[in-house]
Amino acid sequence: MTTTIGRGAAATADYLDQRTSVSVAIKGLARKVFPDHWSFLLGEIALYSFVVLLISGVFLTMFYVPSMNEVHYEGPWAAMNGVEMSEAFASTLRLSFEVRGGLLMRQIHHWAALIFMASIVTHMMRVFFTGAFRKPRELNWVLGFTLLILGLLAGFSGYSLPDDVLSGNGLRIADGVVRSIPILGSYISYFIFGGEFPGQDLIPRLFTVHILLVPALILALIGAHLFLVFLHKHTQYPGSGRTNKNVVGYPLWPVYVAKAGGFFFIVFGVIALLGATMTINPVWNYGPFDPSPVSAGAQPDWYMLFLEGALRLMPGQGMEWGIGEFTLSLNVLIPAVIVPGILFTLLAGYPFVEAFVTGDKGEHHVLDRPRNRPFRTAFGMAILTAFTILILAGSNDLIAAHFFLSLNDIIRVFRVLFFVAPVLVFIITKRICLGLQRKDRELVLHGHETGRIVRFAHGEYIEVHKPLDAHERWLRVGYQAERPLEIEPPVDSRGVRRKGYRVDQVRQRLSRVFFEDRVEPVTPSELAAAHSHGAHDTLEAGHSAPVRELEGTATGGGRTLVEPVDGSAPDARNR
Amino acid sequence: MKALAARRHHRSAPVVLLLLALLVTGGLYAALAPTPAGAAEASESDIQTGSDLFKANCATCHGMSAEGTQDAPSLIGVGAASVDFQVGTGRMPMENNGPQALAKPPQFTDEQVAQLAAYVASLGPGPAIPTAEQIDPEQGDEANGMQIFRTNCAMCHNAVGAGGALSEGKFAPSLWDSSPKVIYEAMVTGPQAMPVFNDANLTPDEKRDVISYIVAQRVGSPGGAELGALGPVTEGLWAWVIGIGLLIACSVWIGAKSS
Repeated sequence: MTTTIGRGAAATADYLDQRTSVSVAIKGLARKVFPDHWSFLLGEIALYSFVVLLISGVFLTMFYVPSMNEVHYEGPWAAMNGVEMSEAFASTLRLSFEVRGGLLMRQIHHWAALIFMASIVTHMMRVFFTGAFRKPRELNWVLGFTLLILGLLAGFSGYSLPDDVLSGNGLRIADGVVRSIPILGSYISYFIFGGEFPGQDLIPRLFTVHILLVPALILALIGAHLFLVFLHKHTQYPGSGRTNKNVVGYPLWPVYVAKAGGFFFIVFGVIALLGATMTINPVWNYGPFDPSPVSAGAQPDWYMLFLEGALRLMPGQGMEWGIGEFTLSLNVLIPAVIVPGILFTLLAGYPFVEAFVTGDKGEHHVLDRPRNRPFRTAFGMAILTAFTILILAGSNDLIAAHFFLSLNDIIRVFRVLFFVAPVLVFIITKRICLGLQRKDRELVLHGHETGRIVRFAHGEYIEVHKPLDAHERWLRVGYQAERPLEIEPPVDSRGVRRKGYRVDQVRQRLSRVFFEDRVEPVTPSELAAAHSHGAHDTLEAGHSAPVRELEGTATGGGRTLVEPVDGSAPDARNR
Repeated sequence: MKALAARRHHRSAPVVLLLLALLVTGGLYAALAPTPAGAAEASESDIQTGSDLFKANCATCHGMSAEGTQDAPSLIGVGAASVDFQVGTGRMPMENNGPQALAKPPQFTDEQVAQLAAYVASLGPGPAIPTAEQIDPEQGDEANGMQIFRTNCAMCHNAVGAGGALSEGKFAPSLWDSSPKVIYEAMVTGPQAMPVFNDANLTPDEKRDVISYIVAQRVGSPGGAELGALGPVTEGLWAWVIGIGLLIACSVWIGAKSS
């Protein structure tokens, strides 16, 4: 196979290598091992949709004019003919209707933005629920969180660029939120808009923010994010043979290069499919910005909808206080600044809270199964519930109109649910996790049900159970249930008050909240007891087990027959 | 001319002139004013049949001579347009009490609706059913209609007339299936929670521009499926369901593919 092409490629590679020593890096990278799981691709969706955003965004900048100068539109869209509008809006219409492929690129760009944010959120959920943020990855969690916030900024600034009525309404709300900040608000608002809203400066400023500042920051942080992934090595799901000291998977070359490269085109393809078939942000429907009209169903893109929802839920009466010459607008400040502030702080700070509570200083590279961390899973679900309710509240008029409900009732219900539902979801999720853990225990102790009932000669019926193989058992017993911390006494042996006792007390209280309810994994002695005799709780009873063991189930009450299994068989999951 | 000039100062000249002016104004008004089309053509027998229909179907709530009861408003002076809108779209007779009367398949034939309208129009002057020319979308100015629509209508009916919610279970319906006649009648009569847009408020030409804009929204979107034209919420829903759904399906597929 020493063809001309092959020789040419080798010569080129050699030329490059002699000048850059790139082979050293590639050798190291190509052999880097990555574990395999579909959920590890969620972050890649975010990365690839960002690449799509960059590519389509460059196309859009070729035709978009970031100017607020007034022009009269003349063009193919009849409903806008002769209408006065900003150059930004006119160029968006021209880009949509007169530039070949322009509308497709605009729609691809906007869908990619929605997918970018959605994939960041799903990726974040995966990282949260599997505990991938634990040491040494806390900083990478914070980096990812910052990327989420930058994504919000990028989305909001881009959404506002066409200068249409809908995005103008959004900017007006942003202006209102800024103004609600006590004392500084009106100054910051004037600073942002270059005077009274909307002014003449905003669109050019947003343009710079949207195409230069935020994307550059996102790009830099993505680089740092990925570098840390390389540095820490990728986490892996628990399983036989996987520990905190190894990585079980396949090398980057050729497997992951092919998978990841192919996945880029799948992501691009799905986004292009959305862009080609479904209208998004039809600015020609909304018309050029004018401060007076607001149409029904005016909402921001989904990732800002929680903010809209919080504003819609907040009661207005009695929430605006005049203090001296200043106005304290709690009706805006609480829903738009304080509530999201609390939710996002909880999200960003959770890894540090958990590290404090567990007092765990060890490195973790094996992920948690969400059920094995009931508090964390329940807490994450509670935060998601709060966000979901805010998002639904932001869509309350559509819910009312399309399900024939009373808008007022929906708001009242959501006001209650915002406080009640996260608590309920927390309790339910925690119970489900504990239930699943108990189910795991039962499986380990008693094996799978086979559905076979055997009748003995003397008339007794027993149910045949198949014990778990070694790999299945590893997954279910190979975790550590965190227990509430035991702390040292307030005074040492000489009766001197110990420093740091107060902090320890807080830590202990928190850790009780976190870990009081728990299900411990099956211990080897419990397992041995269960296999050697009837019930697993009679540890002291031990008599020699025959080849076919008899075992009483805790649930069924009757006795069961356990089929022998070859523990040395290869792991079925790896086939 | 001399004779006319000589009599200019006749003492009865002002009276004659006044009479003449009144005659001309009245004549012009009679000639040019929008005539209640249905009522004008309605014969005595139509009104009589309409009256019978009214007594059988509407009088329970609206009173025997449409004077209104505590359950329903008086219909004297609401005009033929109002009857044509409410009965023609099936909103009246009302199916059940609710936040607002819902459109449903009409209970009466077009002829019966016209007879009812003739009867109610005979009770007192009110907005008439518009002529074909008044509601011809071809003759309207779509761009002007867009501007009128978004300052007057879009806050309830959505930017392109897809409908929206009002308080306490009331709602502004979608306008995409409404005929130009119905849209015009709604503007002049202000049914249910809708305000009246009389001719001083929006001239008949402007109403036609609005109709022209609404009708132009029905051809579909240049960007592909409209997703109900409801704005970013549906877009977000589709991004999650179709976009993230497909991508996660692909991730699972790629992850499941053994290397």
